[in-house]
Amino acid sequence: MTSPQHIDPSQISEQATIKVPNWKSDAKPFVQIENITKKFDDFTAVDNISLDIYKNELFCLLGGSGSGKSTLLRMLAGFEAPTSGRILIDGVDMAGIQPWNRPVNMMFQSYALFPHLTVAENVAFGLKREGVRGAEVKKRVAEMLDLVQLGHLGKRKPNQLSGGQRQRVALARSLIKRPKLLLLDEPLGALDKKLREETQFELINIQDELGVTFVVVTHDQEEAMTLASRIGVMNHGVIVQTDEPQDVYEYPNSRFVAEFIGSVNLFEGQVTVDEPDTVCVTSPEAGAELCVNHGISCAPNQDVHVAVRPEKIRVTENRPDQKYNCVQGTILDIAYMGSLSVFKVKLASGKEVRVTQPNTNRESGGRFTWDDNVYLSWDMDSCVVLTS
Amino acid sequence: MSTSKIAWINDSYGKMTKYNFFSRVNWGRFSVVSVPYLWLAIFFFIPFVVVFKISLSEAAIAVPPYTPILDWNLEEAYVTLKLSLSNYLFLLEDDFYLSAYLSSIKVAAISTFFTLLVAFPIAYLMARSEGSMRALLLALVILPFWTSFLLRVYAWMGLLKKNGLINETLMSMGLIDQPLIMMQTDFAVYIGIVYTYLPFMVLPLYSALEKMDMTLLEAAEDLGARPYQSFFLITLPLAMPGVIAGCLLVFIPAVGEFVIPALLGGSDTLMIGRVLWDEFFLNRDWPMASAVAVVMLIILVLPIMLIRNSQGKEGAV
Repeated sequence: MTSPQHIDPSQISEQATIKVPNWKSDAKPFVQIENITKKFDDFTAVDNISLDIYKNELFCLLGGSGSGKSTLLRMLAGFEAPTSGRILIDGVDMAGIQPWNRPVNMMFQSYALFPHLTVAENVAFGLKREGVRGAEVKKRVAEMLDLVQLGHLGKRKPNQLSGGQRQRVALARSLIKRPKLLLLDEPLGALDKKLREETQFELINIQDELGVTFVVVTHDQEEAMTLASRIGVMNHGVIVQTDEPQDVYEYPNSRFVAEFIGSVNLFEGQVTVDEPDTVCVTSPEAGAELCVNHGISCAPNQDVHVAVRPEKIRVTENRPDQKYNCVQGTILDIAYMGSLSVFKVKLASGKEVRVTQPNTNRESGGRFTWDDNVYLSWDMDSCVVLTS
Repeated sequence: MSTSKIAWINDSYGKMTKYNFFSRVNWGRFSVVSVPYLWLAIFFFIPFVVVFKISLSEAAIAVPPYTPILDWNLEEAYVTLKLSLSNYLFLLEDDFYLSAYLSSIKVAAISTFFTLLVAFPIAYLMARSEGSMRALLLALVILPFWTSFLLRVYAWMGLLKKNGLINETLMSMGLIDQPLIMMQTDFAVYIGIVYTYLPFMVLPLYSALEKMDMTLLEAAEDLGARPYQSFFLITLPLAMPGVIAGCLLVFIPAVGEFVIPALLGGSDTLMIGRVLWDEFFLNRDWPMASAVAVVMLIILVLPIMLIRNSQGKEGAV
């Protein structure tokens, strides 16, 4: 999550192409969600969503509770029927197709392992329903258990496994039928932090190896950032932004996205300069002119917000030699967190700014202390203007 | 020096264990637990021993109407212990008793099966319902207990008899010309038993189904199981403890059922409870009746112990 300072935009796209498999070259989307709406009585859980997901993608639906992300996933699995709109998977309209007939498998948040069956029987369940019998079942179950590194635990019952092992069984069970599309509902939610980190890289490896399209639902932005090739940020039943993880983080398109993913400082102000490659905003809150090196489309004198991530701000004792993006304040609070320190700086306007500084050497934690007068500055390409 | 230290530790250890032994007898807990066991001992075990004793004696025209097992005469200085197995031998020899046992087991098994069929959907619906609806359904299942069991059986007589409600309704609708003969048949006995014992089947099934995680069914469907497959592969196995408990709760009392076959059944409805009654009160052959009761208990207890044993082994794996 901690991204380096001063990212060159060209570098971003280069990194993105390394991380993302070549789904972009596939012209035809694999999953087409067209104007899907789902209402429960008066409550609209999913509000007119259209979304394309491409083959071999690891698409992440990110949102808080009640944002409609789980409902959307359940409609893909066939457990809920959309109120209106349609879903196509591999070009086939899924309307009226029951869950047991869909080329889709799901890994449940609670794992939903069958408690009366052994690990091997749990994994074999889907195969047997397909009519696969005998040695073929044994062979494929053994292969799948090896893939998730549980080959030695086939005879155990689910209640004899640890949380991480159950998660792997659930994954193996949902992959055994070689689904075209795998849905994962908060796949790492029930694991502790260390296990999550190990498991999320394994998930990516497995997805790479099998070439399955993954759709992951999560409320955890960190999980979304590491797993996803693309993230769809959801709020109140609507997808607010769909982009690659770095773009969602570096170029949020709204205050909601900026605040939901990572932490951010927002300065309210009015646009004074509006050119194709430069926008300047006068912000009484910041007490300075803030400039951004990307164009926006907005009316003159419109109220906008300038968003700066805490790690992109420099803290200095003396005023740096720059006319814009430089504010003055006093240190209100310091939190030393080992790899970095977090400063809360109070500006003259009363606005509190959050800044993180990497502790690049042993002494840098003690550079500043409470009530120090400091200057905060950042580059034009370190901040974005948000019009909504 | 070191040896003396060890001796000291050993010594204190010995004292400690003695001290713990006395303090570990938790008298409060002991008295609470002992009350139900005492109850069972006085009102179940001792009467059973008495019945078992009577079954080993012989019928006599006396008060009580059987010969004593243990007899002594101090003047002539003799003690006799006379255990008679003739009642048990007679049980084996006479086809009447065997067919009564078999018929009781058959009636109980068929009734248990139909009770299960009726109770499962009720329990399933209850387990799926939300809050107040669930409470209402539960109340409806328990409601019959508020009326006397005998009254409810008499109500069934009113429904089933020749000019009863069912026949009258069907005749007035023109569906039948002749009244259906339902009273004094095995059919009426089945109806009576299924109706009476339904709550004993519903409640254990409900408690087993209620614990089940509904996402398991979604997971099964997601993996390609049709709803009927999900039922037989997931719901039923997970409800098995409830099915076994419910079936035992219905089957055991149904085998020895007396009132329902006596009131609803015909003269050809042969059940061991009735045989028992006849031996006691018509023939006044207490030893024979006792032997019938003891054999019935053995027939019922053995399969239960086998089931419990197999369940215990499964749980240990």
